[in-house]
Amino acid sequence: MKQYLSPIAANLKPSGIRKFFDLASSMENVISLGVGEPDFSTPWVMREAAIFSLEQGQTMYTSNAGLIELRRELSNYLAKHQGLNYNPENEILITVGASEAVDLAMRALLAPGDGVLIPDPSYVAYAGCATLAGAEIHYIPLRAENDFRLQVDDLRLAYTPNCKVLVLSYPNNPTGAIMTREDLLPIARFVSEHDLIVISDEIYADLTYEGAHTPFATLPYMRNRTLHISGFSKAYAMTGWRIGYVTGHPDLIQAMTRIHQYTIMCAPIMAQFAALEGLKNGESAKKSMILEYDRRRRLMVHSFREMGLTCFEPLGAFYVFPNISATGLSSDEFAEQLLKEERVAVVPGIAFGPAGEGHIRCSYAYSTEQLKEALERIARFVKKRL
Amino acid sequence: MLSEEDRRLLHILEQDCRLTPEELAIQTGLTPDYINKKIKQWEKDKVIVKYSLLINHEKLEEERVTALIDLKVLPQRGEGYDRIAQRFQKFPEIKSVFLMSGDYDLCLVVEGKNMYEIAQFVSDKLSPLDVIEATSTRFVLRRYKQDGIVFYGEEERPKRLVISP
Repeated sequence: MKQYLSPIAANLKPSGIRKFFDLASSMENVISLGVGEPDFSTPWVMREAAIFSLEQGQTMYTSNAGLIELRRELSNYLAKHQGLNYNPENEILITVGASEAVDLAMRALLAPGDGVLIPDPSYVAYAGCATLAGAEIHYIPLRAENDFRLQVDDLRLAYTPNCKVLVLSYPNNPTGAIMTREDLLPIARFVSEHDLIVISDEIYADLTYEGAHTPFATLPYMRNRTLHISGFSKAYAMTGWRIGYVTGHPDLIQAMTRIHQYTIMCAPIMAQFAALEGLKNGESAKKSMILEYDRRRRLMVHSFREMGLTCFEPLGAFYVFPNISATGLSSDEFAEQLLKEERVAVVPGIAFGPAGEGHIRCSYAYSTEQLKEALERIARFVKKRL
Repeated sequence: MLSEEDRRLLHILEQDCRLTPEELAIQTGLTPDYINKKIKQWEKDKVIVKYSLLINHEKLEEERVTALIDLKVLPQRGEGYDRIAQRFQKFPEIKSVFLMSGDYDLCLVVEGKNMYEIAQFVSDKLSPLDVIEATSTRFVLRRYKQDGIVFYGEEERPKRLVISP
């Protein structure tokens, strides 16, 4: 039946992690450091709020943009915690996870043949959504020697005049890198000079372990040039609820809302009620999860360095991205052999783009006990190869 | 005032007091020396009072009963409830002593082998005291959660995908 597929769908590549997923899922006693979601369940206050909403019979559609109470609370939250000011009436759209927001943003901004600049390595969905929009992808390599921070020189090299959109995602999956205000300023200047729009996926913003996160939209002249995307999945441990949002200039949000209206209608109402509760009363639960991640992050970096591997210190998200090239293996080989020999699943860096080669992504969204066991096994594996 | 780092250190210790200063150093970014000194100081100042163990006696199938005993007490001139509370503190059977708001004044947590033993304790040691006007003894039937730990009921074991992007 493949002849019936549209060329775009037919050529859409499966995510690079698929192969490992199948392999790891078929094995017993695997400790997986391959998961991109928290090990915590959603804080009880939020689950309880969703249960209550169901008991009250709140099971209908909401307005396309999302419950106005949620948008108002979110507007307050972003102003208070991130210095962002968005009007809840027309500058905020509640989406089905940040993933939907990424898709909507690409579709609203890009026409076939338009160029989109995507950092490499990066989260797997950006290239997928850009492809669906018919855009031409220009990868910007991120370099380990710069701690995987985007450099304006690399951006300039990747840029061509048909480029319209730049994708940013800091704190970053898979590297755990962050970018400070100083790091972002030259990028912002480039964006202004070249009349670009930025899709800034800041889903890991709350998981920043040193200093405060800088939202890209807070840089000079960047507010109207930025679609600020985030959600509740990571910081509030709500991955399965599928609840995210995008904020930006009303013209852009309106266009995205139209696409959302025809394709999704609205985000699930019980997830919206849970998110609302999270904004009101979830702060302390969130903070204690962040403290826990920070402990594990330090443990991970320390352990990889002890093994004799180069591991830059990730200051955000919940991943470490150690360099494994000293073992003489490619990231694919490393991940496959590690899985077969020691039953530890990690994601090869190459799954996130060619510049991820030589690295593996290890999530630390696991209990300290599990991490210690996994790290012991990895150490044994690495020792044989150094 | 505790610094942010010290608060974090105490928090980690409270969750697991078996971690060594070296392990704590790795997980906090502080030095083992600093951590050692801090812990010694906290022990000296009685900020850290005790490193204790929480045992689930049900698993041992041992006989053990806990009772909450509410007491109405006549406050004594010049001393309020302190003197009587301090007297109770000395009984090893009494695990906790609280001054409470509401209908009763003091609340004691008492542990014993069985109900009989606790009833005996109340009638022998507490009720005869002149200052005690009334008592109300309530026995714990099931320990669902104590000190933040769930004792009873199924643990949540959500399943995650082995690998996700």
